[in-house]
Amino acid sequence: MSTLLNNLDVFTTGFRNTIILFLVSGLFALILGTIIGTMRVSPVPAMRGFGTLYVNVVRNTPLTLVLFFFAFGYPKLGLPEIDFTTAAIVGLSLYTASYVAEVLRSGINTVPVGQAEAARAIGLPFLQTLTLVILPQAFRSVLPPLFSVLIALLKNTTVAAGFSVAEAGSIRAFLAERGEPGMIVLLWVALIFVILVLILAQLQRYFEKKWKVAR
Amino acid sequence: MTTEAPSAPLVSVQSVNKHYGQLHVLKDINLDVRKGEVVVVIGPSGSGKSTLCRAINRLETIEAGSIFIDGKKLPDEGKELARLRADVGMVFQSFNLFAHKTILENVTLGPIKVKGVDKAAAEKDAMALLERVGVGQQAPKLPAQLSGGQQQRVAIARALAMKPKVMLFDEPTSALDPEMINEVLDVMVELAREGMTMIVVTHEMGFARKAADRVVFMADGQIVEQAKPEEFFTNPQSSRAKDFLSKLLTH
Repeated sequence: MSTLLNNLDVFTTGFRNTIILFLVSGLFALILGTIIGTMRVSPVPAMRGFGTLYVNVVRNTPLTLVLFFFAFGYPKLGLPEIDFTTAAIVGLSLYTASYVAEVLRSGINTVPVGQAEAARAIGLPFLQTLTLVILPQAFRSVLPPLFSVLIALLKNTTVAAGFSVAEAGSIRAFLAERGEPGMIVLLWVALIFVILVLILAQLQRYFEKKWKVAR
Repeated sequence: MTTEAPSAPLVSVQSVNKHYGQLHVLKDINLDVRKGEVVVVIGPSGSGKSTLCRAINRLETIEAGSIFIDGKKLPDEGKELARLRADVGMVFQSFNLFAHKTILENVTLGPIKVKGVDKAAAEKDAMALLERVGVGQQAPKLPAQLSGGQQQRVAIARALAMKPKVMLFDEPTSALDPEMINEVLDVMVELAREGMTMIVVTHEMGFARKAADRVVFMADGQIVEQAKPEEFFTNPQSSRAKDFLSKLLTH
């Protein structure tokens, strides 16, 4: 306990950054993943092609390499400079989006085709058919795997520690300098992660109850 | 049901052809439906009657020919098509109520999003329609909580909420338990009496006799025969129709 209490400043900063990385990347991953997932079921071949390419390239690349690129490759491209935290957010978002897209695609496939036909029959244009009828039902049907992706994202944020972002994964390194026992520190970090994931699981249960779609 | 002088048809299907692979599912179909007319399309399964019905609001594309709604040619995909579809109500065999929305929201979605009616007015209209089809009590429930017959009546209310010029019914009672068929047919008969233009694909011969102005008999992708219901049921001309009717009457 003293390990935690004596170094509360490092733990707080670390997990605050972890949560920031998670929330911001999670939001962008959901938005981008929805767009990519929708493209993968689009009637337009070019959009389908792009969606498939994106998922195959990004999902097949290890996260470490994605972050390596943004930490070391990106600055050499002569584009506007970004700090490590932003780079980590961009990398995590792009990476997680490919998983969100695949989960959502399977959700879209569970929505009966009659739902889209009914929406079109009352005069809804394509985009509204998608956003008002198809996607809400698709999201509802994939909540469990979607939350798994988000939980994975929460834990993946620790990879960013390797790129000088002071988040939870870097707590051990900081505290090693203060002479704290590494094992104890890591157990505390793990315990806090468990608590964070449990919170996410609660959120999942709440949404599952609220959004139950009976057929 | 109509006594109007013949005018330009509200729905005009002209030389329409469609294939599913090798299967020629619509063979040179011509059909005009006047305002206020109730046309019942019957025929054996696989005869193309559902495909024809779905082609009229372009849920099925056609390869040749053209379809006009109130004088306007059915456009290709896009905003134009969506606008035209709003004028054509459709009731499906499998109801297709939006599963994640309440009964009331199912009926108000179109008016609010497509026609820009404000929410309060849309809800007032929707409640009146739901009362009219006898499911006003169910407004706050989700579709899955209703019986099939109730869901289909909601689907009719949803289509009516758009104030369509014509209503298409694609086998509206085929997925229903026998005791629920009448509650849906009653609503449809009532609608016919009020002068709604209707194209009804059905196996309910009782409905055809009671409410139709004209029976269109289809077989193998063609319109084989059209006549007034009494004429068609008592004195069918084609051997195909005679055969079909005799099979219906054996049980």
